[in-house]
Amino acid sequence: MKQINCPLNGVRNIQEFAHGGEVVTQPDPNRCSDAEWAEYIFMEENKAGVVHEWWCHVATAYWFIAERDTIKDEIIRTYDAGEQFKDRVDFTRPEEPKD
Amino acid sequence: MPLGLLKYGLSSGHPAKRFLSARPELKSNYDVVIIGGGGHGLATAYHLARYHGIRNVAVFEKGYIGGGNTGRNTAIIRSNYLTPEGVAFYEESVSLYRQLSQELDYNILYTERGHFTLAHNDASMRTSRWRAEVNKHLGIDSELVYRDDLARLIPQLNLSEDVRYPILGALYHPPGAIARHDAVAWGYAGRAAEMGVEIHQDTTVTDIEVTDGRVTGVVTDRGRVSCGKAVQAVAGASTIIADMVGLKLPIRTIPLQACVSQPHKPILDPIIVSGSLHVYISQSDRGEFVMGGSTDPYPRYQTSSSLDFIEGLMSHVLELLPHLAEVQVMRQWGGMTDMTPDFAPIMGETAVENYYIDAGWGTWGFKATPVCGKRMAEMVATGRVPSVIAPFRLSRFENFDQVGEKGAASVGH
Repeated sequence: MKQINCPLNGVRNIQEFAHGGEVVTQPDPNRCSDAEWAEYIFMEENKAGVVHEWWCHVATAYWFIAERDTIKDEIIRTYDAGEQFKDRVDFTRPEEPKD
Repeated sequence: MPLGLLKYGLSSGHPAKRFLSARPELKSNYDVVIIGGGGHGLATAYHLARYHGIRNVAVFEKGYIGGGNTGRNTAIIRSNYLTPEGVAFYEESVSLYRQLSQELDYNILYTERGHFTLAHNDASMRTSRWRAEVNKHLGIDSELVYRDDLARLIPQLNLSEDVRYPILGALYHPPGAIARHDAVAWGYAGRAAEMGVEIHQDTTVTDIEVTDGRVTGVVTDRGRVSCGKAVQAVAGASTIIADMVGLKLPIRTIPLQACVSQPHKPILDPIIVSGSLHVYISQSDRGEFVMGGSTDPYPRYQTSSSLDFIEGLMSHVLELLPHLAEVQVMRQWGGMTDMTPDFAPIMGETAVENYYIDAGWGTWGFKATPVCGKRMAEMVATGRVPSVIAPFRLSRFENFDQVGEKGAASVGH
């Protein structure tokens, strides 16, 4: 059984984790085009090699980032998302453009 | 008799005929280059040569023909899908499969067994009824059956209510069939080669040339060729090949595993699938039980198989068919599938002129081989997109116009 070193819970069996997809930057939903939004939602890098992706330790609902080699099936490094995402996301609603 | 056969076999008057020429030299120019020598690519080449008179065609295959997912699937053929687009498409495929042995003059061992998708809860019963009604409306032989029907139709099945997931009913699709998957690739390849199609095995495509938004050539490890049109049909490696022409795809490469048991006398005629238990099982004409489950839990470019998979699969198989407990697994393998967000394939034109894509075949590619070859060839030859494959265009994602087939994937993913 493969194991993942969870930054919060330590080494656990991989069956306790869920794969959450590539770490990608979200475009500004209020300003991006439909095509940019579709690319963000659907398109995948799907790289053969080292990827950065979200994983979740399901039992503790803890999301973190893993560097993983998709050819060798090896997890290289795991770290807390706080290492990469340092700024708070602003969720305030932008002003409606005036007609 | 045996001596006579031996004499015949060794006599110089009846030399053994090669099925495919060894590895022809590359020409400098082809009308159409097909990347990928699996069932889909070979069927496309066959249809181009046979029905459209386009014979200056090369198929480039990195390994050997049919060695990818064509030879790794569990060979189930059915058309009981959920969306009208899906049903129309797969029904055409089933009708082509039915006469494929005659068409290719090569026995693909097509056998109709009846296909049961078991339902273990109310939600599955509801989806089964929904699928049955969509199917019947479109002329497909498909119906919802209940426990008493199942007891009669599959006496081997464990219908006990004293299990973790008791069976409530099933979607029954009598035309559901299996075939010999290798033979499908070989049959198409052999007939295509007879008509002049060049099949280059052991030939890796390393780059694709695009000039002014139009595909102009393909570079391989054996040299460069010019081409008028190019088609990619490389399940598992779709992202890597599409990247050569600058296309990004909505595909994750996720392994799917399967296994076969040692051969036994025929005891299981129908094909049994359970979405809730992540199982499908049938008995091949050679007597092996062919079993598969859900895709692996995360993407990989790898075909390794795991103990986790086989343990999980067997615990569920034995709940359905406890009498298989003594049967031994003989082989286990994996294939790399192209999973799309809407569980439907991607076929059609791309942003690159004269470059066509055939990808996103997830776990439903083998059953589409003949129709895909026929329609891809029609599109390449005429330049028009046939209406039966139009819904599966790549641009459906940027237009938010997907084809939701998740409910009809044989097992949950």
